[in-house]
This record gives sequence, structure tokens and C-alpha cells, in this order.
Amino acid sequence: MVTGKGGVGKTTVAAALALALTAGGERVLLVEVEGRQGLAQLFELEPLPYAERRLGEVDADLRLLAVDAEEALLEYLELFYKMGRAGRALRKLGAIDFATTVAPGLRDILLTGKVKEATTRKDDNGNRMYRAVVLDAPPTGRIGRFLNVTAEAARLAKLGPIKSQSEGVAALLRSPMTSVHLVTLLEEMPVQETTDALQELAALGIPAGKIIINGSRPPLLSGHPKVTQAALKRGLADAGLPADQATIAGLRAEANAHLARTALEEQLRTELSHLGRPIVELPLLPDGVDLDGVQRLANILGS
Amino acid sequence: MMLRMDALLADPEVKIIVCCGSGGVGKTTTAAALGLRAAEVHGRRTVVLTIDPARRLAQSLGLTELDNTPRQVKDTQLHAMMLDMKRTFDEVVLTHTAPERAKEIFSNPFYQAMSSTFSGTQEYMAMEKLSQLRSADSWDLIVVDTPPSRSALDFLDAPARLGRFLDGRMLRILLGPARAGSRSVFNLVSASFGAFSKVVQKILGAQLLTDLSGFVSALDSMFGGFRDRAEETYRILQDPQTAFVLVAAPEPDAIREAAYFAERLNAEQMPLAGLVLNRMHETAVPELDAATSAAAASAIRASHPLAAEVLEVHSLLMRQIVRESGMAAHFTDQFPGVPVAKVPAQATDVHDLSGLRIIGAALADAVG
Repeated sequence: MVTGKGGVGKTTVAAALALALTAGGERVLLVEVEGRQGLAQLFELEPLPYAERRLGEVDADLRLLAVDAEEALLEYLELFYKMGRAGRALRKLGAIDFATTVAPGLRDILLTGKVKEATTRKDDNGNRMYRAVVLDAPPTGRIGRFLNVTAEAARLAKLGPIKSQSEGVAALLRSPMTSVHLVTLLEEMPVQETTDALQELAALGIPAGKIIINGSRPPLLSGHPKVTQAALKRGLADAGLPADQATIAGLRAEANAHLARTALEEQLRTELSHLGRPIVELPLLPDGVDLDGVQRLANILGS
Repeated sequence: MMLRMDALLADPEVKIIVCCGSGGVGKTTTAAALGLRAAEVHGRRTVVLTIDPARRLAQSLGLTELDNTPRQVKDTQLHAMMLDMKRTFDEVVLTHTAPERAKEIFSNPFYQAMSSTFSGTQEYMAMEKLSQLRSADSWDLIVVDTPPSRSALDFLDAPARLGRFLDGRMLRILLGPARAGSRSVFNLVSASFGAFSKVVQKILGAQLLTDLSGFVSALDSMFGGFRDRAEETYRILQDPQTAFVLVAAPEPDAIREAAYFAERLNAEQMPLAGLVLNRMHETAVPELDAATSAAAASAIRASHPLAAEVLEVHSLLMRQIVRESGMAAHFTDQFPGVPVAKVPAQATDVHDLSGLRIIGAALADAVG
């Protein structure tokens, strides 16, 4: 599971992690559950259907799936109650939407249930279908509720298959097979949410994984706490660049802003290091995220 | 086109500003900064309704508890409040039903679950609170921050969804023919509904249906009310006294959400004032591009290490600026008529009043 505050690059990191896990020819499933089609957008594909599709653009067995709660419910009904045509009729009426809305938590149980099914699925030889299933999970603000499926179900359904299904999901989530990685930027609010989410996970008994710092800047100027005008001027002149007053002032201001930012980042890095989780840093991709960028991040995560 | 923020904040005809956008783009900060500026610079009696503010920002606004009451922010003319979803829901129930009935509703487990976790309750209650604040008539301007939803559009859709749900037609059908008022319409599909009801019972258990049934009969008198209120608030959002401010950061997801929202506001004839693009990087040396700067840095790395690293910082910054202007252009090419305010990235995070004032000034001075 990969979570983090909105805007920290959760989807990118989930994709890079999934790609890293395909190393050695392994098959990995990358799942999204929020109906945002974030994976399709990341890989520049048409909207993903509710089906596991291999990503053709990479030389790896990476499969993508966008889980939709309604589709998952229909699949579930078909599996347990054989209600193919009736199910479709219900859908036309909006009854499925109604059912996933009428019971708060049912939606999350269906989504996590699908993830469990894929995780534990076996092929004809009795081997696990996937080496790993990577979930681009809801953001930190909703992760506790999303993962706390049993409590949600127990509030509503005291008996019945939903209850046993949710218990199965809860057991998997609390087992060593699960790891919830937290993506953050070196900014105050994402770091705060990472701290809060770790506490929440601990309270739920769900194993936390690594803290992944995304968008980490190269440690430029770390040996030069003071950017002097004279040194800059000589360098610019030697490089054959304009060394006028305005250019020097502009570049110095940028350098000082960079130093102020990195000082704050250093402080946040220290805060994160006290949370007791392993930390991985992924570099800022200054030109934005494309497939090459995801591959680059995957190589770092893989090593 | 440039978004003239001060003109918007000063306009006496504008009574509501709704800030919307995807998560992590600085929506709450923008809402608070706009509210503070309206109160301090334009002297308007302003209240900011925040939904789920980050802790330190909440503290700086003096919002230490969820008490659903606007309170004056220390050392300012601004009032602020944090939405208490459950309490707002309780208030709605209380205004629409007799006290004993309300008690019955409050103790129903289904109501308890729904009033705190139903997806859409937060949006509905934000609308409800907005409508209450508006009818109180003690405010010149209400600035609303929207809930951190899955999609920014949820703010528009969730209330209607909840209203429809509470309107209860589906519930009545589900709970048996005796309750179905418009049964004939559904005759053709009643077989499916019978199966549906059975399946729901199987999956969720009979207990849930019993609770649900109790909930439905207790809420019976309120059904029309919920839908009417949702529709009424929706109409407020279409009124010219409302101004939507889209908030985004120069990231693909945020820009896409903003574009969906702009399209939707157009379709619904809701008044879009403009787009705020937060965290835009800027440079004082635009003529020195990324490639030249990086090449120069390698050339002088050995002889002038400090200047080389300064040039590398500049090179990275230029690449980021190019990428961000490309992102911004995605939106402006698609919506050339929507005014834009670009707010420079701040060197450090904003979580106090002086930081909010700086952001407010940056919003007012922003270039398009």
C-alpha cells in the first residue's frame, strides 16, 4: 500500500515501486481504487477498465487495474449468488450505486476485498499469481478509515458474508504480507500527516513500511553557506556569462532561497528520522514525470 | 487574463467565495488568506468556513475546537470556524422534527454511522452550514473551503446524492411494497428489486435492514426537507453573488481537476471568478536558460565551485519554471476566458497570520 498527503506524488511512487518489484521477470499488479484514473494518466493510456491489463510500454510483467466498487460488487454477487442478468438490471436502476452508498464502509470493503483476492489468487500450478500487489491507496487523511474495514463492517452488519469477508481482509492487512508505505515531500504539512498516519496505523495494528521522501533536491551549496557576490562574479565571467549587477543579484537571491529551503528540509528530514521507519529518498524530477522518470525512480527503489 | 483579486474581495455584490480544487494545492491556505485580506484590507465582515484545516493553520486561526461557531481570529477582524459535520447534521434533524423523534433518530446506529462517515455527508453539511451562515445575514462575505474529496466535483455532486438518498424512494422500495409510494413505476422491475432486497439482506445481514427500517420511519417526516435544502443551496451557488475560485498547483492532477471543475461550472452556469495557481516558481534571471546555465556550471566546476553550484540551482529552477508554465498553459489554452492569478512559491511553509497576509498580498498582486 502506498499512501501520502494529496499532491505528494503517491501514484508515481506506487508505479515506481510496482515496476521495481517486477525485477527478475516477476509479475506484479498495480491497483488504483479512487476512480481517478491516475494510472492511465501517468502512463498516458486510455481510461483503464475493470480488468487486469499488462502494460505494454515497459519490458516487464506489470499489470494495471482500476478497481471500481460497483464492478467489484457485481463480481461479488455473481460469484456468490449467480445473479448475472438481475445484477445488470439493478445497475441500470442505480441500485448498485445505492447499495454501495447505503452502507458506509461497504465500498471500502469491496475495494480492499478485491485487493485481497488478487493478492491471494493462485495460478493453475498452485503458485501465487502475483509476486506483489501494489495499491495506490487513498491519501493519508482517509487511509485509517479505508483500512479499518472490520470496524466499519461491524458497525452495520453483525452477521452475514460481508462480515466474514471484512474479517478476512482485516487479517491480511494486519499480517506481515502487508506493508503501508508513506510518501511525503520535505514540506511541513505532508510530514505532519505522515506522523499522524503512522500513529493511526499503529493504533489499528497495521504494519507500516518505509517513509519515502519524494521530490528530494540535490544537496547543492551545502558546503557554501554564504554566497558572496565576488566569488559569483568571477565564476560567471570565467564561464563567459553576463556578470552584471542584476544577474548577480538575481542568482544570489535564488541561491539564498535554495539555502533557506534546504535548511527547512533538513529539519523535516531529522523529524522524519525520529519516526523509527526506514527512509528512502527519491529525487525531484525537474522536467516532470514520464515513463523514463518512473523507471529512474524504480531503479532507486529497487536498489 | 489576470484575476483581479482585490476587486473581487471588495465587490459588495459578492457575498460568497467558494475555494475548490484537488487535495494538496493550498486550498485552505488560499481561503484563509482571501478571508483575512477581505476583512483587513477591504473592511468587510468576513467569515471563513474551513472544513479540515491542517493543525498549525487551524491554530493560527484560533480554531482549537470543532464548535461550529464563528469566532473572531485574535488580532484581526476576521471570523473563522471549522465545520463539525455531525453537529450540523444533528441541527438539521432538530429543526425538522419533534424532540422525541430526534432522540430516536440520534440513537439509531445507522444514523450514527451516516452522520459521521457517509461519503458525501461532509459536502452536504458544508453546504448546509453555508446556507445557515448566509441566512444569518451578519456577514458581508463568506469564504468557504471545500472538503478534501476524492474529486473536486464531489462538492457539487455529493449533496444531491445524499439528498436523493434521504429522499428515500429507493429506501422505501427496498424496505417493502407497503412503503412504496410510487410502486407502479417499478412494477416492471419489481422482480429485480425483490432479488436485490434479498441479496442486500444476505450480504449485510437482517440487523442492518432493521436499523435501516427504523431510521427510515424516524426520518419519514424529513424526506422532502433534505432534498429541498440541497436544491436550495445548489441554487445559491448559481447566484451571481457567489464566486468560485479554483485553486491548483502546477501539477498534472491538480490542473486536470481544475479543468474538469471549470467545465462543470460552465455547464451549470455557476459563476467562476478565476483560477489561483499556487506554488509557481519564478526567476529574476529569465534570460539565462537551463541548458546554458548547466553547461556553464560544468565548465567552471573545478575553478569556481561556488558559482558552479549557484548556476546548477538556477538551471534546476529554470527547468521547473518551464515545466510549470507548460502546466499552466494546459489550463489557459483550454479556458482562455478564465482569469488566472499565479502565486509565487514561498520559500518556507505558511502557517501563521503574517504568512497568510503575505499570501493575500501575493494573490492581489498576482500576474496572470
